[in-house]
Amino acid sequence: MNHVAKAARIFLAALREIFDEAAYSRFLRRSQMASSPAAYAAFWRERESSHGRRPKCC
Amino acid sequence: MSKLLAILGWGAVAALGALAVGVVAVHRGEPISTLWLVVAAACCYALGFRFYSKFIAVRILALDALRATPAERLENGRDFVVTNKWVVFGHHFAAIAGPGPLVGPVLASQFGYLPGTLWVLAGAVFAGCVQDFVILLFSVRRDGKSVTEMAREEIGRVGGFVAYGAVIAILIIILAVAALVVVNALKGSPWGTFTIAMTIPIALLMGVYLRRIRPGKVLEVSVFGFILVLLAIWGGQWASQTPVVARVFSLQASSLAILIIVYGFAASAVPVWLLLAPRDYLSTFVKLGAIGLLAMGIVVLHPALHMPAVTRFADGTGPVFAGKIFPFAFITIACGAISGFHSLISSGTTPKLIARETQTRVVGYGAMMAESAVAIMAITAACVLQPGIYFAINSPAGVVGQTPVAATATISGWGFPVTASEMQTLAHAVGEQTLFNRTGGAPAFAVGMAHIFSQSLGGERVMGLWYHFAVMFEALFILTLLDAGTRAARFMIQDAMGHIYKPLGRTSWYPSIFITSALIVGAWGYFLWQGVKDPLGGINSLWPLFGISNQLLAAVALCVATTILIKMHRAKYVLVTLAPLAWLVAVTFTAAWQKVLSPDPHLGFLAQARALAAGPATSATPRLIFNNRLDAALTAVLVAMVALLLAESVRGWIGVLSGRREARMKETPFVMTRLAEEQA
Repeated sequence: MNHVAKAARIFLAALREIFDEAAYSRFLRRSQMASSPAAYAAFWRERESSHGRRPKCC
Repeated sequence: MSKLLAILGWGAVAALGALAVGVVAVHRGEPISTLWLVVAAACCYALGFRFYSKFIAVRILALDALRATPAERLENGRDFVVTNKWVVFGHHFAAIAGPGPLVGPVLASQFGYLPGTLWVLAGAVFAGCVQDFVILLFSVRRDGKSVTEMAREEIGRVGGFVAYGAVIAILIIILAVAALVVVNALKGSPWGTFTIAMTIPIALLMGVYLRRIRPGKVLEVSVFGFILVLLAIWGGQWASQTPVVARVFSLQASSLAILIIVYGFAASAVPVWLLLAPRDYLSTFVKLGAIGLLAMGIVVLHPALHMPAVTRFADGTGPVFAGKIFPFAFITIACGAISGFHSLISSGTTPKLIARETQTRVVGYGAMMAESAVAIMAITAACVLQPGIYFAINSPAGVVGQTPVAATATISGWGFPVTASEMQTLAHAVGEQTLFNRTGGAPAFAVGMAHIFSQSLGGERVMGLWYHFAVMFEALFILTLLDAGTRAARFMIQDAMGHIYKPLGRTSWYPSIFITSALIVGAWGYFLWQGVKDPLGGINSLWPLFGISNQLLAAVALCVATTILIKMHRAKYVLVTLAPLAWLVAVTFTAAWQKVLSPDPHLGFLAQARALAAGPATSATPRLIFNNRLDAALTAVLVAMVALLLAESVRGWIGVLSGRREARMKETPFVMTRLAEEQA
């Protein structure tokens, strides 16, 4: 059961990383902000260039 | 005791793998179960990972779990973040898996299921996985540097210049060919066009929801977006059955091409959060779900493969694209076996997330194996179709004839019986007016996927929904690729132009954004337009061009890897990267030679230009002649650039091996990790 729970936790963590939720949480921690439209806008201002430079593979 | 069990266990895996590959390779006549393909692939991947990747990790690269990675040393909570290895695996797989492993294997199935399957398995285990693994590790040891930076630092300025040129060229060609696949899947299909059109407002809605209503709740909004997409697929059926709406969404290839070009420009210029990111999330959500679903479908339902192991088109006379198995099967299937594009991902975000060097094996080698498995699924989806149906969908009208009667007569004459009424029934079942001449691979894959699922879930009554789900899922991939690729190429051009005139390098300056976006969109839009107007369907010219440029980029990455191995004094193991490099050089240079200089007008660009010049002149003839000459020139330039890089690399290798040149590497010095075992 422990293995299943651990696998589920890792799967969820992978989804959070893929979908940038983990990056947003780190941003909030780093900038000591609470989640809000303004914080999310600031997150994307910081991320715009690096995300835009990331090509998707064929 | 446990060692004996391990030997017995791995011996059994090897024996089972040999049996399955043997059945796949030698069976002729009756259809075989797809389970043989699944078992052969699973055993090859297991053996490759357990033994070959371990050999590379231990003997050659000497992965060091005590060496701090850039994620640890440079951790900033933004780009450099220590991350769980399975999380990085998922992230890396989501980034490398695109439409390529689905489309290429479907096109290469014109040779039968065997050539593609063998290339996907051997290519992945001995070339693709190795490339992704070593480039990832070398990037980790260089603070996450990109493959173009490593080429410049380890090979020289020529290496950097060639790598940069190859990346720009491949981006332009891949965007054009990907857009052409979408155009061919959606032309004359109100259902498909309606569904895909709806994904744009859905993505915008998701962007606004994330920004204004529930900031950062991406998984939640992706589920919401996915439900809306399913509703759009269902609504597409209504659209196709309502004459007024169907007329609006029944578009010709040229109209669709113009719309996609306009979309590409707009998507490159609007903020990332508004369209690119939400579409990326939606596409990834659908992609992971659809791949998982297809894998389950194949394993559980294990339909029979109707395509012969090897078809008569091994001789190079195939209708889908011209050229013999060697070299064309090996450039048609790039992603799934080896893809140069992966080296950009392996030296992009991924190396900045790796917690320990030892994890590069599972992430680099392992994720590529997963992508290779996707390619096996695509071969399965194409080859479960009756061959006559496969060829009717994938053959251009210029080859098989303009009418259903002519096309079915031509295809049946090849020994693959199919009738016009059979095609009409199938088109009706999937909600299309016709399935003839749907070149590009996506419609054939969608029909195959619908065929597999219609054997259980909902039966043939819902085949149309499955077909349009598959088309939507591929088109969504591709439009995401267009967004991201156009923007990434725009940034690269802006960086370069900033050296000429500084303001042009500012990525947020609108005149610069418009100029560079127009340059990139104009470049891939030109090739897309060329493909749409090509009497042979466009795929015949553009897919090989994409395959050649992608494999040439892989050659660049393997040149970098070989150079570093030699500098690491691992010359006795250099065949690990040198053998795939030699193979790719042989494949790409032969393919390029034939595409440029073959006297067969179906194959050679220049021969086709000559044939057009000698034939009856129409208003389009001068443009078609120019396009063929342009394709020939582009192919020649790409090959010349890589030949230059290869010469520069070989000069460096000889210098180091003979002791005339110092083996100086730009590796970051060793720093002991401070991470405890459980943190990593």
